[in-house]
Amino acid sequence: MSQTNTESTPVIQESIIQAKNIGKQYGNDVILERVSVTVQEGEFITLVGASGCGKSTFLKMILGIEDPSSGDLLLDGKAIPNEPGPDRGIVFQQYSVFPHMTVLENVIAAKGFQKSSLTGYLFGKEKQQAKQEATEMLEKVGLSHALGRYPDELSGGMKQRLAIAQALICKPRILLLDEPFGALDPGIRADMHALVLDLWREHKLTVFMVTHDLKEGFYLGSRLWVFDKVRHDPQAPNAYGASITYDLPLGHAPKELYEEIDDRLRPVDKNTSLSTGSEG
Amino acid sequence: MKKLINYKPNRTNGILLGILPFVLLLIVYMMGSEARLAVNPNDKLLPAFSQMGDAMYRMAFEPSKRTGELIFWQDTLSSLIRLASGVLIAAAIGLLVGLLTGALPLAAAGFSPLLTVISLVPPLALLPILFIVVGLGEMSKIVLIAVGITPFIARDIQRRTQEIPSEQLVKAQTLGASTIQILIRVLLPQVMPKLIDAVRLSLGAGWLFLIAAEAIASTDGLGYRIFLVRRYLSMDVILPYVAWITLLAFLFDYLLGKANQKLFPWSQEAKS
Repeated sequence: MSQTNTESTPVIQESIIQAKNIGKQYGNDVILERVSVTVQEGEFITLVGASGCGKSTFLKMILGIEDPSSGDLLLDGKAIPNEPGPDRGIVFQQYSVFPHMTVLENVIAAKGFQKSSLTGYLFGKEKQQAKQEATEMLEKVGLSHALGRYPDELSGGMKQRLAIAQALICKPRILLLDEPFGALDPGIRADMHALVLDLWREHKLTVFMVTHDLKEGFYLGSRLWVFDKVRHDPQAPNAYGASITYDLPLGHAPKELYEEIDDRLRPVDKNTSLSTGSEG
Repeated sequence: MKKLINYKPNRTNGILLGILPFVLLLIVYMMGSEARLAVNPNDKLLPAFSQMGDAMYRMAFEPSKRTGELIFWQDTLSSLIRLASGVLIAAAIGLLVGLLTGALPLAAAGFSPLLTVISLVPPLALLPILFIVVGLGEMSKIVLIAVGITPFIARDIQRRTQEIPSEQLVKAQTLGASTIQILIRVLLPQVMPKLIDAVRLSLGAGWLFLIAAEAIASTDGLGYRIFLVRRYLSMDVILPYVAWITLLAFLFDYLLGKANQKLFPWSQEAKS
C-alpha cells in the first residue's frame, strides 16, 4: 500500500478517518452515541475510558469487525470496509501471533499472505527476499536473537514485539493497538512505548491505541480521547451510551487536567482512597 | 502426619505401584489355572501359560494345514489393513468436514444439524445395511469403521477449530490473507495435532467395530479368529489374541502420542 498522494489539495489536509454521529447498541444496551471526530493522517490517538465504555468497540469498527448501528464511519471519505483488510493492522492484547510458526515464520507468513496465491507459501527468490525483510524488521523490534523460537517460548513483551513486527511488515496505513501492553510489566511497558513511538515516526503511521492506563494514554501519542457517558439514568444504566468527552491534543496538557480526568474515570479510587494501579 | 490427599509416591514407588496390580492379576490367574488343571488336566477354561505358548507357536510359526498360511500373522495383517483404512478414511473426511464447518459459518449452518443426527445413529445398527449395499467383502468392514468414527472426529475437529482464538483470524486478514490462505496456513496446521489426538481417542471404537464386523462376516482377522475358536473353547488361543490386540492398541496410542511431540513441538498436545 503506497501512501495516497494528496498534493492536488494542498490547503486542506486529507482526513483519513471520519466519524459522523456514530452510535452503537446491542439490543437495548446503548454502548456509543453521537461520536463525531475527524482524524488526520499521521496522528497517534490514544483511547481511554472505563471498562465497557465503547473504546474497544470504536476500534473494532475501524478494524471492520463491528458495524456502527447509526451514523457513518469513513476511511478516506468512503464507507469503511466491513471486514478486516491489509490497510489496517492490528495488535491485540493476546493471541495475535500464530502459535504454530516460529518468530521468523510468523513474519514471513505475513509477507506470503500479501501474495494472491492459494496457500501463501513463498518459494525461491521471493522467499529469500521475504526472509531478509522479515529479519530486518525483527531486528528493528529487538527480536533478532529469537528468530527460531515458537511464540510459546517468548515472554509477553517479546510476543507483542513480534505481533507489531508482523503487522508492520505489511505496511498498513493505520495501526490499531487494543490494549497491547495491558499484560506487561511496567519496565517492559516503557520499552514498548519507546518502540511504538519510534515505529510511528519512522513509518508515518496513523495509530489508534486503546488503553486502560490513563497515564499511558496521556504521555504517549499526539491526541487523547476520553470515552465516558455524558448522560446518566440511574434507573436504566444502559439507556445512554458513551461518547468522546475529552478530545485533547497532547504534548502540553496540564497536570491538573490529568487528575481531573483520572477522578472522572475512577471515582471509586478517590472515595475509598485506595491507590490501585490501572484496572485489569 | 500428612493428609492422605497430600501423599505423592516418588518415581520408583510410583512405577512399583503401577506394576503391582498386573503382578497380582497374573498370580491370581496362575493359582486358579493350576488348581483347575490339578483336578482335570484337560480343562480348557484357564490354560497354563505353557499351553498358551504352544498354541501361539502353532498359530504363528507353523503353516496352516488348510491354507499354508501363518495364521496369526495373516490375521494381524488383515485386521490392521482394515483398521488403518477405516481410520484413515475417517480422519480425512473428519478433518475436511470439521475444518470447514468449524471455520466457515455458512458450512456450519448447512452441515452441523446433519452431522449431529448422523453421530447419533448407532453404527452397528447400520451393519446389515452395509452388508446389503456393499456386500460381505473387505469394503463393508472398512466402511463400518469409517462410518463409526467419522462423526466423532468431525465434531471434535469442528469444536477445536472454533476454539482457535478469533483474534488470529482477524490478524491474518489484516495481513492480507484470503479465506483459503487462512484455512491452509492458520487453521489446518493448528488442528493437525488435535486430529491425531482425536484419532487416538477413536481407536478404541475403531477396534470395537473391526472385531464386531469380523465376528459376523469374515474369513480371517483377529476378531474372526477369536470368535471362531470360541466354538472349541480354545482359551489358549483367545487369551493371547486378546493380549495381542491390547498390545497393538497400546502401541498405536503410544506412537501417535510420540508423533505429536515430534511433528508439532509447539502444540499443547505435545506437552501432555
